[in-house]
Amino acid sequence: MRLIFIGLLLISSIGQAADCLPRGTGDLGIIIERAAGSVQVVDTTHRKALFRVEGLGDLSHASAVYSRDARYAYVFGRDGGLSKVDLLCGMLVKRVVQGGNSIGGAISQDGRLIAVSNYEPGGVKVFSAETLELVANIPATKTPEGKGSKTVGLVDAPGQRFVFSLYDTDEVWVADMSDPKSPKLTQFKEAGRHPYDGLITPDGRYYIAGLFGEDGLTLLDLWHIDKGPTRILSHYGKGEQQLPVYKMPHLEGWAVAGDLAFLPAIGHYEVLVVNRSNWQPAGTVPVYGQPVFAMAQPDGRQIWVNFAFPNNDTIQVIDTETLKVIKTLKPGKGALHMEFAPRGEEVWISIRDEDRVKIFDTTTLEQIGSLPVDKPSGIFFTSRAHKIGL
Amino acid sequence: MFNGRSLVVGVALALFSLAGVADSALQWETEILHLLKHDCGSCHGMTLRGGLGPSLLPERLKLFTQEQLAATILHGRPGTPMPPWKPFLTEQEALWLAGLLKKGIKP
Repeated sequence: MRLIFIGLLLISSIGQAADCLPRGTGDLGIIIERAAGSVQVVDTTHRKALFRVEGLGDLSHASAVYSRDARYAYVFGRDGGLSKVDLLCGMLVKRVVQGGNSIGGAISQDGRLIAVSNYEPGGVKVFSAETLELVANIPATKTPEGKGSKTVGLVDAPGQRFVFSLYDTDEVWVADMSDPKSPKLTQFKEAGRHPYDGLITPDGRYYIAGLFGEDGLTLLDLWHIDKGPTRILSHYGKGEQQLPVYKMPHLEGWAVAGDLAFLPAIGHYEVLVVNRSNWQPAGTVPVYGQPVFAMAQPDGRQIWVNFAFPNNDTIQVIDTETLKVIKTLKPGKGALHMEFAPRGEEVWISIRDEDRVKIFDTTTLEQIGSLPVDKPSGIFFTSRAHKIGL
Repeated sequence: MFNGRSLVVGVALALFSLAGVADSALQWETEILHLLKHDCGSCHGMTLRGGLGPSLLPERLKLFTQEQLAATILHGRPGTPMPPWKPFLTEQEALWLAGLLKKGIKP
């Protein structure tokens, strides 16, 4: 125990904790430095970095959620690391390596539990948000080779639930964590071939998983969970040759504008448009490459799309009224991730190969600033703290 | 952590001294290693320990010959997310990368 304590002290000192800042966190965020295994804590009002926090392990594929007081970021790393970062003190509070190979995580409705989904050994582990102690372990279904299925698309849902998908065994599971130590599972088999990621609508009602193994997506209505998952958009891209996918799309976030929702197609250079009232297709928007993220501005007026290699030097902006691309930006090579200011007046874009985050005005679509960041990838602002599914 | 720069320099120097290759060769090797780290790495992990895609460390790759690995790189694996990299790599480049992976790239 003492050794662990000393270890933590050492890690903290690497983070070079300055005096903690007496301020709110509503305009703060973190930016992942994927190669260095560090994060920068940024102030979006003054567009400047406050701290760099190091020692978070392999962040080549990383995501983050926030505590409900928006002071702490929980960062999920590729190496199975779960790190709790204090934004006000610029400090790594605690880090546990909870799995062999993790892909993402979620925070529970009440803010007390952190769930992490793993590629290896598969399944979901649930931790105390306060101490990062293990609370529950939910192993995945085993594949015929005897390995736990890779587990993806983990989100929080109302009713103190987590929802996630099993890539290898084609399942969607709902875990009710009302009694944290003994999760109550609802498991749907044959939920679609190879779900690769999932999202939940901002009201927490519908869970949607993208499918790698077939056209279409899986939809689960959490208000009527007994009805089980159904397939939507199952005919998109039908009869067309699928294009190679050099980076899997992400369904994080939910691009909604009025009655329409926007989703990246897989194997097609298109953004799919779906009518939210009946889940029928409402069109497709041809775009520059394989979309990775399709993200709506907070006002729903425009959708911003980035692309997989070799088209990851480009961002396109779609007008949600005309369903047309109105602007093609070339912000630089390795445009990996976008994050909007809470009310959407600007968007921050990671440009990996330029070691820079560039800031664009969402009205003029012009660059208005930038920050030096080492190999930036995910950008996560604290406004996520109070949104279902983020 | 994966020290990309010294790895690139190390590998490049080693090859330079072996074959006496020209600057343009250094250029493509640097580019392929960048591709390996960041683009292959988005599925296989930047430290190549695996992710959605399997581990690319030598222990696992010893199951395959250099030629088999090069063919997988070039043509992908149908039915899995592994895409064909043929539009971006020549056969020679894929073989070089396969050899390097089999030998092991020290993180």
